[in-house]
Amino acid sequence: MSTKITVIEQLKNEPKNLGLKALLILGLIGVGILGVVYIDYNGFTEFGLTVMWNISKSIFTPNTALLFGEGKNGVLFLITETAAIAFLGTIIGTIVSIPIAFLSSRNIVPGWMANIGVAFITVIRTFPAVVYGLMFIRVTGPGAFTGVLTLAVASIGMISKLFIEVIEDLDPGIIEALDAAGCNGIQKVQYGIVPQLMGNFASTAIYRFEINVKYATILGMVGAGGIGAPLIFAITAYRWADTGALLIGLIIFVLIVEYGSAKIRKKLATGE
Amino acid sequence: MDKIKKFFLPKPIILSNGKVVQPAMSPMVYVIPILLVMFFYSTSLTGFALGTLINRGSRFFDILVKMFPPNFGYFTKVWTPMVVTLVMSIVGTLAGAAFSIPAAYLSSENMVKSPLLKFIVRSIMSVLRTIPLLVLVILFLNMFGAGAFTGMISLGVFTFTIMTKMFYELIDTCDMGPFEAIESSGASRVKAFWTGIMPQLWGQYISILLYNFEMNIRNAAILGYVGAGGIGILLNDRLGWRAYPEVAMILLVLMLSVYLIESLSRYIRKRLL
Repeated sequence: MSTKITVIEQLKNEPKNLGLKALLILGLIGVGILGVVYIDYNGFTEFGLTVMWNISKSIFTPNTALLFGEGKNGVLFLITETAAIAFLGTIIGTIVSIPIAFLSSRNIVPGWMANIGVAFITVIRTFPAVVYGLMFIRVTGPGAFTGVLTLAVASIGMISKLFIEVIEDLDPGIIEALDAAGCNGIQKVQYGIVPQLMGNFASTAIYRFEINVKYATILGMVGAGGIGAPLIFAITAYRWADTGALLIGLIIFVLIVEYGSAKIRKKLATGE
Repeated sequence: MDKIKKFFLPKPIILSNGKVVQPAMSPMVYVIPILLVMFFYSTSLTGFALGTLINRGSRFFDILVKMFPPNFGYFTKVWTPMVVTLVMSIVGTLAGAAFSIPAAYLSSENMVKSPLLKFIVRSIMSVLRTIPLLVLVILFLNMFGAGAFTGMISLGVFTFTIMTKMFYELIDTCDMGPFEAIESSGASRVKAFWTGIMPQLWGQYISILLYNFEMNIRNAAILGYVGAGGIGILLNDRLGWRAYPEVAMILLVLMLSVYLIESLSRYIRKRLL
């Protein structure tokens, strides 16, 4: 006859993990102490609340002349420019990433070469985008072109890192099957490799486009075009009506991009 | 030409029972023209010029060349701001991550019964998520003044919005069995969530937390640019003075930290999942 165990006794048998819990608490206390030591609190300024209130209010009382305005200063033009910068940056970044990723994948090239490739990608990835922006301004001068090049280079790191993961997951069985059917090299690439990679590559590129759209606003800071610079100028100059118009444009644009990207990527992943 | 035609409009296949099947048209038929149109429109809009790039491309390396050799003696000055950046990112990420649990609970499909509440919380979170990090920083600069505290709060709010979305997607797809069992034994929904759902998700939660932490370290470099403390202030200052050997040292320290943190988080993630 089996012994009966009540729920309460079973609950008491639960592993305690005391060591892990103690470690976690100690870690949190440590972080707290570090925070107190290194982060100085300068006090709270009432004016900040006014700024926050004004920004929130501005979204409902935008400068309609700017919001619906045409020409180089209208929100529509700025959004289109931002989208173009992000799009072109993503396309160039993706095209450059493909050979880099193939040359850094363990199942394509020997191990030492892959290591060099991965190290190269890590170096590219850790440079802040702002530094690339400053470097490219010397080539092309301030403007949207600089934004495109900056985003392209800043995208290479993440895109090729994700591409490598996809390439290293390639199913060799399919290539062997094509070998057995007597296919030549080009046919193997066309029917064996490209179909396996296309969906994932497209999905990665679209995801990076979404990130680049958000980055494009940051690049305004180094004079690389798009909606970023006008937005920051409007806020720092306390021009609330303009801020509202630009924010509305940006919020709607980002929401559309997020929604579209999620839809397309879901379709690519599941076919639905 | 024939090959291209076959690619876009595949030939009908006749099955052995005489039935004719028309394979679906390749999506490339409309994807390629759309991409081409967008490409050429974007190139004209952004003033993309390959000639400029080829002729003046070498100027890109101007700064890089001036960075050599890095000023290693400068390390003593880089050290403290880097620690401030790290602490600012850690505290900000942890705070944002902690607040994201209740927010994710309120916006998940299977925890909240009232569709209205879910809709309201999700809408607010989506709008918050679209606000660029820089705008957040400028907002908090007005409240707390320049310094690491502003950076911490901005990173916290930013992490909060992103992690809420990532986490409610996890809650939406998790196994509801334990939750229902605990709820049927008389526990409240919140308690059932904490004891039935969270233990399934702790691993993935830590994983997205680490992902956000890595991202925040890189963002922290940008934050300093507008005066929110840490290594970014130093970077901005040195770039402004064109002291490139010192910039190189700052970038080296940043790179090393990012590399170490990524290795550590990859190791933890491997152990967790």
